[in-house]
Amino acid sequence: MPGSRPHAEIDRRNADWYVDKLVQVTVFVSGVSAILFIIGIFVFVTIEGVGFIANTLDFGEFFGSPAWRPTSETKPTYGALALIVGTASVTGLAMLVAVPFSLGAAIFIGEFATGKVRETLKVLVELLAAIPSVVWGFIGLSIMNPLIIDVFNVPVGLSILNSGIILGLMAAPIMTTIAEDALKAVPDTYREAAEAMGATRWQVIFRVVLPAAKNGLVAAVLLGVGRGFGETMAVLMASGHSVNLPTSVFDSVRALTATIAAELGETAQGSDHYAALFTLGIFLFAITFLINLAADVVVRGIRKGK
Amino acid sequence: MANEVTPTVEHAIETSKLNLWYGTFQALFDVDLAIKNGIVTSMIGPSGCGKSTFLRSVNRIVERLGYVRTTGRIDVHGHDIFGEDVELVQVRKQVGMVFQRPNPLPLSIRDNVLFGARTHRLETKSTRDEIVQSALEQVLLWDSVKDRLGARATTLSLEEQQKLCIARLLPVKPRVLLMDEPCSALDPKGTEAVEELIWELRGQYTILIVTHNMAQARRASDECVFMLMGKVIEHTRTEEMFVAPAHRETADYIEGRYG
Repeated sequence: MPGSRPHAEIDRRNADWYVDKLVQVTVFVSGVSAILFIIGIFVFVTIEGVGFIANTLDFGEFFGSPAWRPTSETKPTYGALALIVGTASVTGLAMLVAVPFSLGAAIFIGEFATGKVRETLKVLVELLAAIPSVVWGFIGLSIMNPLIIDVFNVPVGLSILNSGIILGLMAAPIMTTIAEDALKAVPDTYREAAEAMGATRWQVIFRVVLPAAKNGLVAAVLLGVGRGFGETMAVLMASGHSVNLPTSVFDSVRALTATIAAELGETAQGSDHYAALFTLGIFLFAITFLINLAADVVVRGIRKGK
Repeated sequence: MANEVTPTVEHAIETSKLNLWYGTFQALFDVDLAIKNGIVTSMIGPSGCGKSTFLRSVNRIVERLGYVRTTGRIDVHGHDIFGEDVELVQVRKQVGMVFQRPNPLPLSIRDNVLFGARTHRLETKSTRDEIVQSALEQVLLWDSVKDRLGARATTLSLEEQQKLCIARLLPVKPRVLLMDEPCSALDPKGTEAVEELIWELRGQYTILIVTHNMAQARRASDECVFMLMGKVIEHTRTEEMFVAPAHRETADYIEGRYG
């Protein structure tokens, strides 16, 4: 009754209170689970590889030798140099393709396109990002391969060029989306101010919008690089998958990721080969972690609104 | 219309039968205005009366919205700004604009001042320092920022930002300065400082200032335009408008019966 025992009224916990608590706990557990999974994966990968790294692995050989012969009967060697160079060269070429494409697309969508064109393009770009990587690999294998052989008159079309282009096209949509978000985050008052001073469209974009969106654009590129390093299936199918220190873009290479994917199923669990693949995994994990961290730090720079 | 303009005086801005629509909404109705050269003219009226729209059509920045349609004529120093061979860039070089919220570009103080000059290719390496100093001196900002010209413009106080926004217009030597409620984001001290500056610039530039603040219109302008519902009701000397308004609507607005 109101007035008689006021404290009892205030202390009462009704259904809403319990629902609220339940939701709080659920959301907390979901949030924390992401961290737990990351740590779990890291611990698992590390445990599988760490014994090998400590006892057998020769770092000079790992980073300095291109001889990846884990299945040799007499003397297995674990030189990852060719794989690292393979991944790096494919990613590098992919970025050469993806950066101009995605920045151009983002500028067009964000600054020029209006209404229906803009909406359609955004949907299409997002759709492009959703194409499974095996489909891209298939395109590399069955369309790009004969095309490269024909156009450049080379014996093999599965090469850095092929996988770089494929990977570039794969990374471009997500980079476009992030870059466009960065452009959209530039306050319109900047554009208005510059236009009112008589700046042309291009002057506004190059002198005001792009510098203001710089951090977001760098983050977009870094995430693209991360994507390139981590991509497996398309690279496996389009790169030729041969251990090789390349001398031109027409050479076949093998990527770190593709090596793990192709070989892990055929190794005995706990063997040196198995552990060596996990070592590659740890290396990849570290690289992508660093790239993502860098992207995150750069994006944080924007939020501070410096 | 109490349009007391003598024909011998040159007009900085002259409009005839200016109509403007945002989509299907008509914001300006047959606006005929002649803004005298070299003085400060204020525009007052309740929200939505079209005063900002008018201001924003003089440098055609209103067209950014895309769904704007205009009929009629606007002449700036005798040139039709809707003319076929008119370059928008040149119009905006002659007509500078100060916005309601100070909007310095995310660049250094120095680069903000140089932005217009760079856009119109009016600076060289040797004239840069001089341009920056003279523009900042004109807006009475030089002494307080001369030691940190490389600092981001957004680190300045709002008052300083607004002064900077005026300073960056000056290097391209505009003839007209449009000011859209330039003090509404400022505190009283900042308002006073910017008003003083406007008075300081009077004579060198034709200044058209939109304001919500009637006291400001009264103390900081030579002539005053009162607009209502997209039409010009009265355009006269400021003292006259506030002492003896010719129209009932003007009197009611000034006395605060609406708006």
